[in-house]
Amino acid sequence: MLTIVGCGGRTSSGRSNPNSNPIATSGANVQPIAVNSGPLGNYANGVFTPVTICVPGTSNCQTISGVLVDTGSYGLRLLSSAVSLSLPQQTTALGTPIAECAQFSDGVTWGPVKAADVKLASEQANSVPIQIIGDPKFSAVPSSCSSKATPMDTLQTLAANGILGVGPFRQDCGDQCALPMGAGNPGVYFQCPSSTCAQTQEPVTQQVQNPVWLFPQDNTGVIVELPAVGPAGAPSVNGSLVFGIDTQSNNALGSAKVFTLNSSGNFTTIYPASGGTSYPNSFIDSGSNGLFFGTATPTLPACSKATGFYCPSSTQNFSATQQGGNGTSNTVNFSVANAESLNSNNFAFDDLAGPNANTFDWGLPFFFGRNVFTAIESQPTSAGAGPFWAY
Amino acid sequence: MCAFQADSAPIPFVTCRLIAIIYTPSGGYALTTYCESECIERQSEQKPPNFIRLIRDVRQMKIIIRSKGNFTTWKMSLVGVVFAMLIISLPAFAELGGDEASVETDQVHMEGMRRIARASAYSVHEIQAPTGSVVREYVSPAGKVFAVAWEGPVLPDLQQVLGPYFDRLAQARNNRNGRGPLVIHEPGLVVHSGGHMRAFVGRAYLPDMLPAGVEVESIH
Repeated sequence: MLTIVGCGGRTSSGRSNPNSNPIATSGANVQPIAVNSGPLGNYANGVFTPVTICVPGTSNCQTISGVLVDTGSYGLRLLSSAVSLSLPQQTTALGTPIAECAQFSDGVTWGPVKAADVKLASEQANSVPIQIIGDPKFSAVPSSCSSKATPMDTLQTLAANGILGVGPFRQDCGDQCALPMGAGNPGVYFQCPSSTCAQTQEPVTQQVQNPVWLFPQDNTGVIVELPAVGPAGAPSVNGSLVFGIDTQSNNALGSAKVFTLNSSGNFTTIYPASGGTSYPNSFIDSGSNGLFFGTATPTLPACSKATGFYCPSSTQNFSATQQGGNGTSNTVNFSVANAESLNSNNFAFDDLAGPNANTFDWGLPFFFGRNVFTAIESQPTSAGAGPFWAY
Repeated sequence: MCAFQADSAPIPFVTCRLIAIIYTPSGGYALTTYCESECIERQSEQKPPNFIRLIRDVRQMKIIIRSKGNFTTWKMSLVGVVFAMLIISLPAFAELGGDEASVETDQVHMEGMRRIARASAYSVHEIQAPTGSVVREYVSPAGKVFAVAWEGPVLPDLQQVLGPYFDRLAQARNNRNGRGPLVIHEPGLVVHSGGHMRAFVGRAYLPDMLPAGVEVESIH
């Protein structure tokens, strides 16, 4: 349980990144994404995309911009305030409305489960269960939801018009939420017969779904493709979200290193790379806006104003080793800048980082200059079925 | 009082309800169970079970204790699981900064283990819910919960675990730019809530209440 942190691991150069990575610009499976200041105009390291939803089976559609692209969650969630369509409510067989309390490390989102056709690039998934967050016409947040973490049910608290969860799982909960209550069901889903709601079991196919695996083709996973940014950062960066792995000429795995995941969707990070601590709960997550790691590192002070980030007196370089369940291993160099000294006109940074205990969260800085594959569980690729990450 | 069972005694293959397990910093462990209405305590200075895993099965739940490389199965009734869940839901048990005396009120049968706790720098009360989420509570010799840690596919009830400090999460969320793990770094309170959907990990501690010699990194 207890591991000792070594004191090596510095490298002379933090940014090892890569030769310029090729970014797909056209194709039926290519969705434009951008790292910019987001709907509130102040978001550092948020990668956003527009999402088109339609009333199922109709051409009654709406495009919602400013949706966060998140490889650390699964399923589409949209703020009620951003949705003008009237979407069908999911109900039980007896007609009772279903809602969800979706959990994130920094809060929960509460709201009804509804069905929509989801269109991204030229791909379409039909009648996908999605979550509508913060619907004022729906039951208020139950205490068994708001006691988990802080509700993020407004644009101000969510900082995006929605979250597009395209991580390595098909559903946001899976088998566990289909169990009877009291038998291991975590109570993420609710039945709301009136203004009060009660935790309930939810069949796997009814749960909020990662829309990508429901596409008729290009449904094996996604590639997040973002160009490198320099030490000063950039005001905005354009890239692509490519659907499918090994399904088209623009999404072949090729020689990318494949890191398989455990059943929780994690791999191992050893930090510092040389003689460091092993963190088996590590993950790659485009929805985390920094690299979050290393509370054991005494050389990185927390910021006094920029809550949750590091503020070293000058930019420092580190390295850590990522290890897949399949034994694939790679050492990654990275830099940590003073979060309070970053150029306030810029919103894309590869050196934004903060403290995090007992895990290594490879957030958006890791994606700049790399094409990062996320393969969905049980979906077949040339490297075997997901879940895995590759780059 | 509970009957004390030596470490060398065979593990009974009967229906047992797990009440609590404590991992001591010296590397040993102690646990209390009810086996067919008889309260049994075991303690050992040996390496503790690596973990206890509840297997999801509606009719028959089992606790598997992995000890010294051998697998031994304790059948566990559904009632037992519910009982274990009850313990985790007792507000007094799981509150950061709370008093261990409340545990005594709620669970008089933990007396033996509490002695072990007081003999060491601190004790760790580990409870695993059937959801797979684990909460560990760190209790000082003075009987105060000075730290909590959590891990699992869903968040624990953080309001219960963090007690009066829960409301600080909303403030931290509002102060934070963008999305990512939630951090509170203050002289009197440190919280790290991280991980991702289907795999959360976090901890919280009160720096002023850390017993002497406790390494922060051992809270996990």
